[in-house]
Amino acid sequence: MVRLQELTTEEKFTSGHRLCAGCGAGIIARMTLKALKKPSVVVNATGCMEVASTIYPFTSWKLPWVHVAFENAAAVASGIESAYKALAKRNAWDKDVDIIAFGGDGGTFDIGIQALSGALERGHDFLYICYDNEAYMNTGIQRSGATPHGASTTTSPAGTKIPGKPEFKKDFIGICVAHEIKYAATASPAYWNDYITKVQKGLDVKGPAVLHVFSPCPLGMRHDSEKSIEMARLAVQTRYWPVYEVEDGKYKLNIKVPNPKPVIEFLKLQGRFRHLFQPQFQKELEVIQQWVDQNWKRITALCGETEE
Amino acid sequence: MSKESKPGWKKIPIGGLLFEPGSATGYKTGDWRAFKPIVDQGKCINCLLCWIYCPDAAIVRKEKFIDINYDYCKGCGICANECPVKAITMVEEKK
Amino acid sequence: MPKIMGLTGDEAIAYAAKQSKVDVVAAYPITPQTIIVEAFSEYVHNGEVHTEFICVESEHSAMSACVGASLTGARVFTASSSQGLALMHEMLYIASGLRCPIVMGVVNRALSAPINIHGDHSDMMGSRDCGWVQIYCENSQEAYDWVLQAFKIAEDHEVLLPVTVNIDGFILSHALERVEVYDDSGVEKFLSVRNAPFKLDPDNPFTVGALCFTDYYFEIKRQQEEALRNTPTVIEKVNKEFEALTGKKYSQVDTYGLEDAEAAILCLGSTAGTAKAVAKKLRSQGKKVGVIKPWVYRPFPSERLLQTLGNLKALAVLDRAISPGAPYGALCSDVVSTLYNNGKQLKVFNVIYGLGGRDITPFDIEAIFNEALDVLKTGVVKEPLKFVGVRE
Repeated sequence: MVRLQELTTEEKFTSGHRLCAGCGAGIIARMTLKALKKPSVVVNATGCMEVASTIYPFTSWKLPWVHVAFENAAAVASGIESAYKALAKRNAWDKDVDIIAFGGDGGTFDIGIQALSGALERGHDFLYICYDNEAYMNTGIQRSGATPHGASTTTSPAGTKIPGKPEFKKDFIGICVAHEIKYAATASPAYWNDYITKVQKGLDVKGPAVLHVFSPCPLGMRHDSEKSIEMARLAVQTRYWPVYEVEDGKYKLNIKVPNPKPVIEFLKLQGRFRHLFQPQFQKELEVIQQWVDQNWKRITALCGETEE
Repeated sequence: MSKESKPGWKKIPIGGLLFEPGSATGYKTGDWRAFKPIVDQGKCINCLLCWIYCPDAAIVRKEKFIDINYDYCKGCGICANECPVKAITMVEEKK
Repeated sequence: MPKIMGLTGDEAIAYAAKQSKVDVVAAYPITPQTIIVEAFSEYVHNGEVHTEFICVESEHSAMSACVGASLTGARVFTASSSQGLALMHEMLYIASGLRCPIVMGVVNRALSAPINIHGDHSDMMGSRDCGWVQIYCENSQEAYDWVLQAFKIAEDHEVLLPVTVNIDGFILSHALERVEVYDDSGVEKFLSVRNAPFKLDPDNPFTVGALCFTDYYFEIKRQQEEALRNTPTVIEKVNKEFEALTGKKYSQVDTYGLEDAEAAILCLGSTAGTAKAVAKKLRSQGKKVGVIKPWVYRPFPSERLLQTLGNLKALAVLDRAISPGAPYGALCSDVVSTLYNNGKQLKVFNVIYGLGGRDITPFDIEAIFNEALDVLKTGVVKEPLKFVGVRE
């Protein structure tokens, strides 16, 4: 638990970056760097956060930051972590640093899943944060494995025959937990205290830790830019985005939602679901509500919660 | 910027490396705004929620209230939307 | 005092990497490189090295991890072949673009399809524009010697580029040879530890991998080319220092019989060894033939090559890889461009051979020499590009 007044005023992720107005990734980057406990190195996969924050010769990052490619943030982090260990072994330098890797849902769920799986299996000591804006937003809103059912993207458009993405969202934390890592958790930037606490918990873990955080995207999700945090809150309050953590395989629900709002409250704020409100596709709204309910039931059962 | 005013390959560091951390502050994003936040500092309770939620670090912490750094504020409106006492209003940017 | 060891090409490379005291090895196995990673794993598990060995889950991740480690200031080594090299293709360009002095042993193997595990140069030739310094070895001794020198070349502040040391798959990688190895203290003195001009260090933060738009990309690529132009000077410097340690003379181009040769074969790698043996026999019969073997392929040693030509009038360039649809194979293209640019009156023909590990025998080489001598006599090249060893 932290208090806002206690957080550092130092901005290691400075103004001047070119993320869209209201971008969730910007909020997440700032919050993460306020949670740092030790000198840190950041690895960033190709994507919105990387591209908009380091347009040569401008860089928003006031700590060592490296971008290599799209699918390999976890592999690069593995290399950095090993280099630090090797250099310490031969007494070249002995720096105790934290390594944080950022990847979008594209660079994590899809093209980056192999590198992440390898890094988790090998047990490197780093924190992987997936900021999930639920599509390949940087290249123009194409669908990813994280795009929810029914969402309209440019590669799963709201057509007359197929209304948005037919498939459902991957259970990313489940995949991470299957690697038997010590810590994995979901988060929402609307719950800044929970998120910052989790970043610090992840950094404390000896070995890999993964955070999966919802990142609202005004342009891609087509919502008003001022509503980003409201969206991040509604995602949780509709049970669309359960906030839980898994410590040594044990699930724990962090934010209980006893009186959930219907998911329609969340969907209706976003243009990417607008087509589902037409009469011929309205049943998809029920399908989404069912998915949300089933997912919530599954997660809460794992968490040992018996509430309805 | 004209081609002549940018440095040639002999002058810039190799590998596209950037040795000035935080140089992005040289790029003022304030001119992106269509709407700008106005703070009623009398109403502000200094809860700092706007400060933690601002994607652009454009909220300035003063001793008893906050202020806006208009050099970078993009006018997204999150601060106004989240302020628990409605101390911030978005007004149209006059050019 | 050098010690004699029986080492295969793979083992020689691994031993050199061990003596070079690499900090990080991130590698994925692929025939015929596997012995390199296996030998190194033994060193690690027996506590003989301080190296952090990352058993990555693919070659792409291998090069990614190597880049991360190199940017942290570590001395980094890896190895691959064929499909593995192809899989890390995008990362090769990134490694050189980000100026990471990684040394990679490439055990040249044919690229699929069809799948084939034997030696030819299609893998490295397919990635020849990746911006790495590329060295080819004739035998295990050269493999061992060049890996040691490669670290020094790569990490030189005038270069700061990654280096591949290539050996022919199976022909060199798996054949046991007599190798002179140097003692650890001698190697340590020659190499010393890496002195990285920049490293990922929270006390001195920097950003690497920024997005460079149309206004900066060209300049950064131009810098890379400049580094490659600086490389020959550094290679010569390192060769001299290596000679002082070992007595072995290396340079960018190796030659045999060029003092008076009028016809010659130019090729990379182990085939040069066969060619030298055949040339020796033909020379004893009074035929003025020779062999030119570039050790360094990139940066292409145009200047040195021109200096070796002497009285040469006919040249057969042997490519162990095909450049489909092109007038010549890659090596021959570079040779012909060099000659053309310098107004050299040489008759050149290209031989594509040895694809998929197809043997090239002394008989084949002798026939090529005889054809070159024929070209010398008639002044006519009947076939600018021919295939030797394929069944029609």
